[in-house]
Amino acid sequence: MTSQSRVELPGTYVFDGPTSRRGHSMNKLFMSLIDEGLRTEFLADESAYCARFGLSEEQTTAVLQRDWQAMLDLGGSIFYVYKLAMLDGLSMQYLGGVFTGMSEDDFKAAMLAGGRTDV
Amino acid sequence: MSDVIWGLATSHVPSIGAAMDRGMTDQPVWAPLFEGYQPARDWLAQNIPDVAILVYNDHANGVDPDIVPTFAIGAAERYRVADEGFGRRAVPDVVGDPDLSFHLLHNLVDEGFDLTIFQELDVDHGFTVPLSVWTPDPGDAWPCPVIPIMVNVIRYPQPTAARCYELGKALGRAIASYQGARTVGILGTGGMSHQLAGSRAGFINVDFDLMFLESIEKDPEKLASLSREELIRQAGSEGIELIMWLVMRGALSEQVANVHTAYHVPASNTAAGLALFDNRVAQTD
Repeated sequence: MTSQSRVELPGTYVFDGPTSRRGHSMNKLFMSLIDEGLRTEFLADESAYCARFGLSEEQTTAVLQRDWQAMLDLGGSIFYVYKLAMLDGLSMQYLGGVFTGMSEDDFKAAMLAGGRTDV
Repeated sequence: MSDVIWGLATSHVPSIGAAMDRGMTDQPVWAPLFEGYQPARDWLAQNIPDVAILVYNDHANGVDPDIVPTFAIGAAERYRVADEGFGRRAVPDVVGDPDLSFHLLHNLVDEGFDLTIFQELDVDHGFTVPLSVWTPDPGDAWPCPVIPIMVNVIRYPQPTAARCYELGKALGRAIASYQGARTVGILGTGGMSHQLAGSRAGFINVDFDLMFLESIEKDPEKLASLSREELIRQAGSEGIELIMWLVMRGALSEQVANVHTAYHVPASNTAAGLALFDNRVAQTD
């Protein structure tokens, strides 16, 4: 039955069961950043904070290096990953640029021109 | 006997709230969107219900990944505005209506919709942005108490569009059976086409959105027949939020009067749509 639950659409992440299991610890870490005190603790020692939440080595590296693509590949949900981007003062359009190989300005321009209608 | 007097469908893009909070609504990139809202806002200001029900989804602010209810209802006296990671929006907390919440819950459970109950809930942009679209300057309080109905649209499998539509119909019956002769507004939020992640990020599908705006009034059954795969394909991975419009539509009568429709690309990464319906329409065969 597992295969039936998957949506296979190129260039598209679907936050399904296997993905949410893979990313659970990391998404919990991102969720914790809605607390101001915990944001401060995270920034004070990011490595230790990742260890506290039980992130894998790969996930820890992705977080420390702000490898947004890797965070998604390792089970991050975009709404959770975005918490970390916000902490860094980055916008969803910046992330859109990262995911599509564009600069933030080019991504913004593409949206202002009516969005990406040919993908 | 209470009556749904209107239904409002609107996108809930966080940047719409941010543009309002930062006084950017007359800037060139934002002005067309807000001009498009104005006729709906004017009408809504003249048609304030006793209570509103707002169908939305949480974005990792009010619920954590440990527990993700498919459908839930708030039953609190008040709902705090969430800190989403950069401090809370400077808008009023939301006053609830627990008596009506429990009436709806009871009736919906009896009809087979086993909603999770939130006795406490912080509401995020998914909730407060639609309130701001409705009421740009709330002052100290929103126009009336508001009850949240939460739908999981983030974690696969989301409920089907058909199930959302049926929930809306049951919600309409539950509202009708509430004693106290109250008027009710109902909001369905989210969408329209957008995708935030993956190489398809930035995806917009104008044809699909315009079809959806037309059909939500005239042929909601057609929209209720869309599979989640088709919704993700046509509207993008986050565009599946549009299933929440069907909860709103289901609670309205078969025939409604369109008050105003607006559509604008983009609100940051999203196609923003609005559709407002007057539900006080004589039904003909």
